[in-house]
Amino acid sequence: MNRNVYFTDELQAIYDQTVTFVENEVVPHGALWEEAGKVPRDVLKRMGALGMFGLRIPESLGGVGLGAIASAAFAEGLGASTFGGFEATTLVHTDMASPHLVHSGDDDQLAEYLPGILTGETITAIAISEPDAGSDVAGVRTTAARDGDGWLINGAKTYITNGVYAELVIVAARTDHDNRYGLSMFLVDRDTEGFEVANKLDKTGWRCSDTAELTFTDCYVPDTKLLGTEHRGFYEVMKNFQNERLVLVCMGVGAAQRAIDMTLDYAQNRKAFGATLYDLGAIRQRLAMRQGELDAVRASMYHCAWLMEQGVDATKEVSGLKAFGAELVNQIMYDCVQFHGGMGYMTETAVERMSRDARILPIGGGATEVMLEEVAKRSYAS
Amino acid sequence: MNIVVCVKQIPDPADPGALDPETKTLKRDVKLILDESDSYGVEMALQLAGDEGTVSLVSMAPNSEVGGLRTALAMGAESAVLVSDDALKGSDALTTAKVLAAAIAKSSPDLVIAATESSDGYTGTVPEQIAALMDLPSVTFAKEIALDGGTAKVKRQTESGYDSVECPLPCLVSVTAGVVEPRYPSFKGIMAAKAKPVEEVTVADLGLDAGSVGWAGAGQEIVSIEDAPAREAGEVIEDEGDAHERIVAFLDELKVL
Ligand SMILES: Cc1cc2nc3c(=O)[nH]c(=O)nc-3n(C[C@H](O)[C@H](O)[C@H](O)COP(=O)(O)OP(=O)(O)OC[C@H]3O[C@@H](n4cnc5c(N)ncnc54)[C@H](O)[C@@H]3O)c2cc1C
Repeated sequence: MNRNVYFTDELQAIYDQTVTFVENEVVPHGALWEEAGKVPRDVLKRMGALGMFGLRIPESLGGVGLGAIASAAFAEGLGASTFGGFEATTLVHTDMASPHLVHSGDDDQLAEYLPGILTGETITAIAISEPDAGSDVAGVRTTAARDGDGWLINGAKTYITNGVYAELVIVAARTDHDNRYGLSMFLVDRDTEGFEVANKLDKTGWRCSDTAELTFTDCYVPDTKLLGTEHRGFYEVMKNFQNERLVLVCMGVGAAQRAIDMTLDYAQNRKAFGATLYDLGAIRQRLAMRQGELDAVRASMYHCAWLMEQGVDATKEVSGLKAFGAELVNQIMYDCVQFHGGMGYMTETAVERMSRDARILPIGGGATEVMLEEVAKRSYAS
Repeated sequence: MNIVVCVKQIPDPADPGALDPETKTLKRDVKLILDESDSYGVEMALQLAGDEGTVSLVSMAPNSEVGGLRTALAMGAESAVLVSDDALKGSDALTTAKVLAAAIAKSSPDLVIAATESSDGYTGTVPEQIAALMDLPSVTFAKEIALDGGTAKVKRQTESGYDSVECPLPCLVSVTAGVVEPRYPSFKGIMAAKAKPVEEVTVADLGLDAGSVGWAGAGQEIVSIEDAPAREAGEVIEDEGDAHERIVAFLDELKVL
């Protein structure tokens, strides 16, 4: 019997397989990747060979052709790696960047890029945020101006995950100055002239995920690199936001479960006051409450994924999930560090790293406050 | 090249459940998974079969269980025969071998692969019993198999190294755990496994008499079961400059030096 009502036997197998893979191939090596500030490409290519990058790509285009529930299962499974940077590297590629190409790409664009995206030869990034535009996506200032048969892109992007090493960066730029939402999306290859990785950013957590500041200086791309419809980029970007928010929570839930499990293990073995830490009611009760809360968020995230698969607008539910789930994951990480005592503050301890990794979850992909506004807007008639 | 792999589906060793005090056997009414010992045989078979050959599976399990078979199918095996029948409850090793031999005989494989022993039963006798019942030559403890025309060339693990053995096909080879790296099933493989044929058969379908299998046919009885003795605490040697000498003396006493 599967313990998840949304899982078929195959989804259960995909989840189990993901957990087995990260336990064997990520957990033993992740610490070195954190130091290097990148996930080795051969690991990503192995994942590609196992079909891990094709869950959301239609079968007719070489993928596995599954939906949001599969993304949720995959992201939760990845969370077991305990390395948020690895999870972010993977999920930005599979669930935040490449879906834009799948949704909006024409046949030539799909034929050009999808094979490499599936194998991991082509890793993708999505570049929306700028020094002066984060939560306010419509505030994008990077411009793309018509130039003969193509476009000249000028501007800067920041905090771009996979930005340092990605072969393909999907860039949102302003094309219509008369309309606040007049953005378009472009496919920018890493070797395009005028495109530069200006800075590899140093971060609190997600340290094995490469994060870049990118600059575009008269960066020319031909018309064939316009992704989707001119001036409609804002809406095309928005199309994938629910998915992005969903998988961020799912990877956090997978990680939080591991953190609770590790803390239970620690508390049951650590002796204090003539018994174990776990025998102290305060610790046992708090961990039990956190487990209950986490189970509730897990149920909600699969429910949201199911709503998305039904094709209904789940913005309210997903926004609520993102707000509550990301905050809960941080509370859990805080408690797990706390119950590890001094050991929890040592960099050799997994929950120390996991607590740093979790901090971005309520900020990135829609800050908690922004998410709550989305819920509020949809909760009361104005 | 037509290869049949015997695979056992067992309770998850991470959550093994309990022994039934009445029958003194492992309760098998939980979800079963592919015995890791058999994943090596499946991997070897897939490598040997390459693109031209076929790999099929044979398994005996209660409750029409296919969980473990789906894993091996997701790795790349083409089809499976599952023997599931209430009459099989209580079968001993020899009965299991009879049933598997009858199921294997449905096809005429060039090579039958099994694990040296299962992770839950550990009798380590079933493969050779199958070979005897099918009148096939058998090679045990294989760490490497190569096929050359009608011959299997096997490196057979021994305590001091390995023997090189040649054996005419068809034959049965039991492989040692850990000698190859079982592939991860790909996500596409997992989805494709759903559609691969699993033929479920009963004891009667195999032409066996229900009275000769299960509890009724068992020639072996588990008389009693006992908990393994608790592990004794080890000795901690604090290094006061002479730790190496004390360790040597300790090992000397154990006569391992
Ligand atoms: C590690 C990392 C990876 C990232 N990866 C990517 C990427 O791959 N691609 C990409 O495009 N971006 C990426 N980002 C950017 C991320 O999405 C933004 O940081 C996020 O959207 C917040 O934008 P901001 O940083 O500009 O904060 P601001 O928009 O300046 O907001 C600051 C704070 O103000 C509050 N706030 C903002 N708006 C509202 C509101 N409407 N109501 C109430 N409160 C509000 C929130 O508390 C918010 O945290 C990444 C960021 C980080 C740190």
